[in-house]
Amino acid sequence: MDKQDSNAAPDEQPAFEVTRRTVIETGTTALLLSTLPRAAFAAGLPDGDEPSPPAVKVQLRINGHFHSLMLDPRTTLLDALREHLALTGSKKGCDHGQCGACTVLIEGRRINSCLTLTVMHDGQSITTVEGLALGDDLHPVQAAFVEHDGFQCGYCTSGQICSAIGMLAESQSGMPSYVTKDLAQPATELTDAEIRERMSGNICRCAAYPNIVAAIKQAGGMPT
Amino acid sequence: MKAFTYQRAETAEHAAAAAVKPGAKIIAGGTNLLDLMKLQVETPSKLVDINRLSLDKIEDTADGGLRIGTLVRNSDLAADRRVRQRYGVLSRALLAGASAQLRNKATTGGNLLQRTRCYYFYDVTKPCNKRSPGSGCAALAGFNRIHAILGASEHCIATHPSDMAVAMRALDAKVETVDSEGHARIIPIEELHRLPGKTPETETSLKPGEIITSVTLPPPPPGVQVYRKVRDRASYAFALVSVAAIVDTVHGRIRSARLAFGGLAPKPWRSARAEQTLVNASANTTTFNATADAVLEGARGFGGNDFKIPLTRRTLHSVLAEMTRA
Repeated sequence: MDKQDSNAAPDEQPAFEVTRRTVIETGTTALLLSTLPRAAFAAGLPDGDEPSPPAVKVQLRINGHFHSLMLDPRTTLLDALREHLALTGSKKGCDHGQCGACTVLIEGRRINSCLTLTVMHDGQSITTVEGLALGDDLHPVQAAFVEHDGFQCGYCTSGQICSAIGMLAESQSGMPSYVTKDLAQPATELTDAEIRERMSGNICRCAAYPNIVAAIKQAGGMPT
Repeated sequence: MKAFTYQRAETAEHAAAAAVKPGAKIIAGGTNLLDLMKLQVETPSKLVDINRLSLDKIEDTADGGLRIGTLVRNSDLAADRRVRQRYGVLSRALLAGASAQLRNKATTGGNLLQRTRCYYFYDVTKPCNKRSPGSGCAALAGFNRIHAILGASEHCIATHPSDMAVAMRALDAKVETVDSEGHARIIPIEELHRLPGKTPETETSLKPGEIITSVTLPPPPPGVQVYRKVRDRASYAFALVSVAAIVDTVHGRIRSARLAFGGLAPKPWRSARAEQTLVNASANTTTFNATADAVLEGARGFGGNDFKIPLTRRTLHSVLAEMTRA
């Protein structure tokens, strides 16, 4: 899953691109980022004059690059990615694990990055949407989303794509779903119903669902 | 989120000793705890992370059952070949809960100990005897569509939200724990969750600091296993009513039956009297009516959730008819 994060997204804002480039340039060496002021905002509700708890050191491998961070232990993985590493591809939708916009892959498995603390993942490998393409070559799931127009506003898309990649791996490993007819069967055909059930943790407010399903079927090697 | 200090536990005993301190909380998957901490429903001063403990295995037991480590993720438990083949009701219940992302993170022990999704428990500006003992219950006269019709009290009508626990109740699971002094004990699942009575803030029989280390399943009872979940949308929603049923039928006559219900009560609900109505009975509407009467004995709606009484009856009829069809 880990690939070189060598290309910035084409629609990235210039201000972010500078930050992103800084991260990329130093990404192959240990990068020590101190807690940014905005992290206090990102950590949740304001707590008056309460002092911040001591920062904790967290080492992560993100999209193939090693990072060492000093973080307030309250920092969710999503806030670490967005606010400390300027990896803003993972989106904050509900911030309560209900919408799926923050979906990333940890050791290849999809999770909601808003509902986990960064410090709980010390030493682990994380793949975000920024780490999927190889240079200018899109990941097959990214390419399928483009081909099938699997989005409208695009806010949920990075979560949908990371989730779909995790879902295809789960399906290939034989994991059943709620709509799987026969639990004893080691493998399941990825029907529309299977894809819809397995992707129900990713909400699309524009309701681009038919095209998302078509994109995933193509990426999963099913007839579309 | 309130400030807390973070500690990684090395052993279960170490975790229990750390968690017994006032203000300390265990964190495993964190999918429920962090949600509540962001809303300041939960405000621990210390988090004890147990994710590095080696309690993530599913093992065969000598009696032909399974021992499930407390850190086994919901998705891994649902996908385990042995669970799928012999405890289908558990696999189905797990797959009916939450989303794939949450199931990849949520743990076995954490699922059992998750908190209610009562709207007023989640809203710190509203009275809630569970969150703030003595403040009252806003759900009694409020929006109570998702609330309990069985086992509730005038102090709390919240339901337990787990699907997994309902299947485990039908399977007579046992919960293994260790306390802050290193003593292990086994708690039958029916004794793990408590009814609210006058103390809805006390939800389980666990002592302070006592942590779940594993859940054991006895060998599966004979019969067909079904988990039926009725909810407001087809996926990714909590149960209004759910039924975990294990029924053994021979030539239209029921030999044994177990029924556990979710969405109805503050704990996974079973009725021995209801199960008794099925033993040696013919599988027909008259029998199923008697079973539903027994399950719903003492059921009480609070306005918004009155519909759960007929919904339970109809869901039970549907499940039993499907399971006993020749």
